[in-house]
Order: sequence, then C-alpha cells, then structure tokens
Amino acid sequence: MAKAEAGDLRPGWLSRLAEEHARVFFFSLGKLWQNPVGALLTALVIGITLALPAGLHVLIGNVDKLSYSWEGAAQSSLFLKDSVTEERGRDLAREIEARPGVARTGYISRQQALDEFRKLSGFGDALDLLGDNPLPAVITVTPLRKQTREQVAALTDELAHLPEVDRAKLDQKWLERLYAILDFLQRGVAVVAALLGIAVIITVGNTIRLDIQARREEIVVMKLIGAPDSFIRRPFLYTGFWYGLSGSVVALLFVLAGLAALTEPVRNLAGLYESDFSLAGPSFLAVLEMFGAGILLGWLGAFLTVSRQLGKIEPR
Amino acid sequence: MTDIIHFHDVSHRYPGGHDVLTHVSFSVKQGEMVFLTGASGAGKSTILRLIALLARATRGEVLMQGRNLRQLKPREIPAYRQRLGLVFQDFNLLNDRTVFDNVALPLIIRGHSYRDVGRQVRAALDQVDLLDKEKVHPLFLSGGEQQRVGIARAVVTKPELLLADEPTGNLDPQMAQEVMRIFARFNEVGVSVLVATHAIDLIKAMPYRIVHLEHGRISMRTPIGAHHLGDTQHG
Ligand SMILES: Nc1ncnc2c1ncn2[C@@H]1O[C@H](COP(=O)(O)OP(=O)(O)O)[C@@H](O)[C@H]1O
Ligand SMILES: [Mg+2]
Repeated sequence: MAKAEAGDLRPGWLSRLAEEHARVFFFSLGKLWQNPVGALLTALVIGITLALPAGLHVLIGNVDKLSYSWEGAAQSSLFLKDSVTEERGRDLAREIEARPGVARTGYISRQQALDEFRKLSGFGDALDLLGDNPLPAVITVTPLRKQTREQVAALTDELAHLPEVDRAKLDQKWLERLYAILDFLQRGVAVVAALLGIAVIITVGNTIRLDIQARREEIVVMKLIGAPDSFIRRPFLYTGFWYGLSGSVVALLFVLAGLAALTEPVRNLAGLYESDFSLAGPSFLAVLEMFGAGILLGWLGAFLTVSRQLGKIEPR
Repeated sequence: MTDIIHFHDVSHRYPGGHDVLTHVSFSVKQGEMVFLTGASGAGKSTILRLIALLARATRGEVLMQGRNLRQLKPREIPAYRQRLGLVFQDFNLLNDRTVFDNVALPLIIRGHSYRDVGRQVRAALDQVDLLDKEKVHPLFLSGGEQQRVGIARAVVTKPELLLADEPTGNLDPQMAQEVMRIFARFNEVGVSVLVATHAIDLIKAMPYRIVHLEHGRISMRTPIGAHHLGDTQHG
C-alpha cells in the first residue's frame, strides 16, 4: 500500500510546497488574529523600535537636502593686494558683480576690516601696538543660487588670478563642517539602528518563545507523527514575518505622523529665512528598505528562537 | 519475508535508572497483528518507544524491515516516523482543530496536495465510521470517538506498521472492543499491527499472537498461528 503512495509524491512537489506555504501564511495570520490585543502590542513595540532609526534617517536626509540649497549661498573672499587703492577696489567689486554667475559683491576696506576685527576679537587697543594695519581689503563675492559648488570654485579660481587680487578663498568651511556632522550623525543612526534591530529580534524572539511554550503539546504531537523541524518551524517563521510586517506598518505611520507634526513649524521657520524649504517624506526606496529590514528582523528573531526551543522539546 | 519488526537481545535503561528491558527478543511478521501484554511498568511502552525512536535502545538491536534503527541519523527520524502510525492512550489530538484537520495533519506533513488530502481524510474517517464528524472539534466527541479519530490519523497515510499504546485504556469495555475490532479490520487488509495493552480479558478471545512481558523480560509468547491463549497462565 505504501508503495503506491511513494509514486504519488513526486509530480507537482513545487506547487504543493507553494500550497503549503500559502496555507501556513494564512494559518499564522489566523493564529495572530486569535489574540489581536497581544499581536497589536507586539507590533506596536516593534513599530516604535523601528520608527526611531527610520525617523532619524528621514530627518538627516532633510538636513542633507537643506544643506544642498545652502550650498549656493557659499561666498568667496578676495583678499586684495595692499597696493590696490580703495577706489580701485570698489570699482573692481562693481566689475565683478557684473560677471555672469555672480549675485552681488561687497567691498570691505582695510580700515573697516580692522574695526570689525577689533570688535569681534576683543583685542581692542592691543592691535594699535602693531602700528601698521596688517589686514588686507576684501571683496566678498556671492554667487547666484543656482550655481553649483564646482562652478563657484571655478569662478573663485578665476578671480584669484586678477592682478589686484592677492589671494582668494572659497568660504565653505561651515558647509564642510555640516557635512562632517551629518556623516557623524548618519553613523550614529546606523549604530542606533543596529542596536534597535537586535531589540526587534529579542522582542519577536521572546513573543515567539511564549507562543511555542503555549503550543508545546501540539509540537510534541507533530514530532510524534513524523513532522520534520522545518515543518514545525514554518508557522512560527511566518508569525515572525507578520510581526515584522505589522511593525513596519506601525513604524511608517509613526514616521509620517512625526513628519506631519513638523511640517508646519518647519515651513514657518523656512519662511523666516525666505526659503521655500519643506520637509520631504521618506522615499519609496526608504520605505521599502524599512519594510525589508522589519520583515527580515522579525523572521530572524523567530528563526533563532524556534531553532533553540525545538531542540529542547522531546521527542527529538 | 523480512520481519517488519525484530528485537534482537534488547536491553534498555533510562538515564539514571535500572534496566527496564532485559534481553528482549521477539519479532512481528509482515502483515501480522501482535498484542504486547504485561502489568503496568512491565516495559510495554518502552518497547513501542524504541520502535518509534522516541528512545534509543541502550543494548541490542531493533530492526525495522531488516534495517537497524541504530543506523538512522537524527535528520532521518521524521521520515522514518512517517512510515509508522501511532495511536496513544490519551489520543494526543489537537483540540483547537477540527477532526478533519487532525486527520489531515500527517498528509500535510508529507506534502500531499489538497485534493489528495480531502479524499484520503474522508476515506480514513469512513473506515472508523466518523464521516459525519469531520467539522467537529475533538472535545465535543466521546472518548471512543476521539480514539477513532486518533486511529484515522494513524492510518490515513497507510503506514507499514500501526503501533498502539494502551489504545483502550481510557475507554469503556464496549468502546474498547470496538476499537480492537477496528485494528483487526486494518490488519485484515494487510497492515502490520502491534498493540500494547494490559487488558488481557479484552483480547484473549481474539485470534492474535501475544507477547507477554514481566519486569522487562518476555515471560511467555503464544506461537504463531495460535488463535487464543488456551490454558496458559498470565498476569
Ligand atoms: N522516561 C522514563 N524515565 C525513567 N524511567 C522510565 C521512563 N519511562 C518509563 N520508565 C520506567 O520504565 C519501566 C517500564 O515502563 P513502561 O515501559 O512505561 O511500562 P508499561 O508501559 O508496561 O507500563 C517502569 O518502571 C517505568 O517507571
Ligand atoms: Mg505504558
């Protein structure tokens, strides 16, 4: 009798496996549905855990975007040779302002520079001891907003070669500093995300451990009638999948709600600076990544726990 | 023909205990039905556990169709158990699933298609006369009905060997006789059956061979072809 069966098992095994996966897919969802409050709480915890790094990531993305729009505001400073008269200096500033790509220029005479320095540095009278004013006159050049960083750099380079100009400096230090800070923050978020990822694994793992304990007898019966570990494991893996998926949905809702709450204040703030900057939501790819990470972590938490727990349940 | 089950000088002790089986040798022929009898604690369940590989014999060899069970690797055990049908004293049904789903489980484990599952489950339920109960949950059934569900689950895969451990232990005498008759019916169509029971009165009129255990030793066996115990003594 058994012989007739063996032949029966061969054809269509792939479709049968798909059928089995579909069955477990809905079976595990039904199991969660039997305890909706518990499932919801778990999804909520996972959601909050995922929302934190995801939200930070979105915010940093926005600062990054904002810094791009600031990039155009980078100034270059042209330090004039001491031999250049103030009159010639002011003329030169006007000439440069007429160039394409330049929004406006300003002229700071040697005396103005000294006064400003005196005020800012607090050295005050001590500077008088130097006798001669050591500061050069400066022309500040503000490029048009739409100019790229490279274009501004090329312009600065060109201006540096004017006969009146001693030295030119592209004033982007603060931008570079911002990028460094953003980079640092991004790494920080990555570390936080890794830690919270472990937290998700532990959360799902613990939930599933309790689940396994509650269904211990069922597992024993399955082992007795010859279910391989892969079969027993499958519904729990799908449970982990559902936790990861629902947690990701919760996290997305949290992130969107947080952005919505920040939209108005950010617009007001940007208005004060005459900027039309507004907060951008997470990109489709970012959402996809978050869901991928959530599902993977849920699955992993389930896999690690089930593998450990199954080994402890007799019969082996 | 090879024996479906052959015990060769098997002794067994559980970790930290004394020998619960000592030098046990016996066999069950292909297509044969055998009763394993003995008082409580004699070692009946242990023998079934060794066959189902719920424990490994500490000494001696257990062979299934000539294959030494000692050679089976852990990952081969599930597939091996799928060749057996197990029936338990306390039924071991999953009470949160319907009768149909309980009986379907071994087929699903083996990866049968849905069409196949439906057909075979109904055939098995028909054989234990429970076709009208397929949508019921086990706890709404009588003990006898639950045990018939257990038997349907054990036979639905058409196992090579049916193992039953005190299958009538929780049933009233009438139900118990009915259950034994069901085993006999399966045996008539060729299934090898090994039933452990201490209910001698229930089986002594039945035409099957008996292997009797006392304190882990085989104290008596009726010869093949002997149709009842006659005047031999037993405990
Ligand atoms: N898991 C176990 N660990 C230790 N001793 C056990 C275990 N199972 C059974 N025994 C002992 O083995 C002996 C035989 O038990 P068992 O095979 O269950 O007998 P029976 O089924 O005939 O009543 C008994 O003395 C029992 O106490
Ligand atoms: Mg027993």
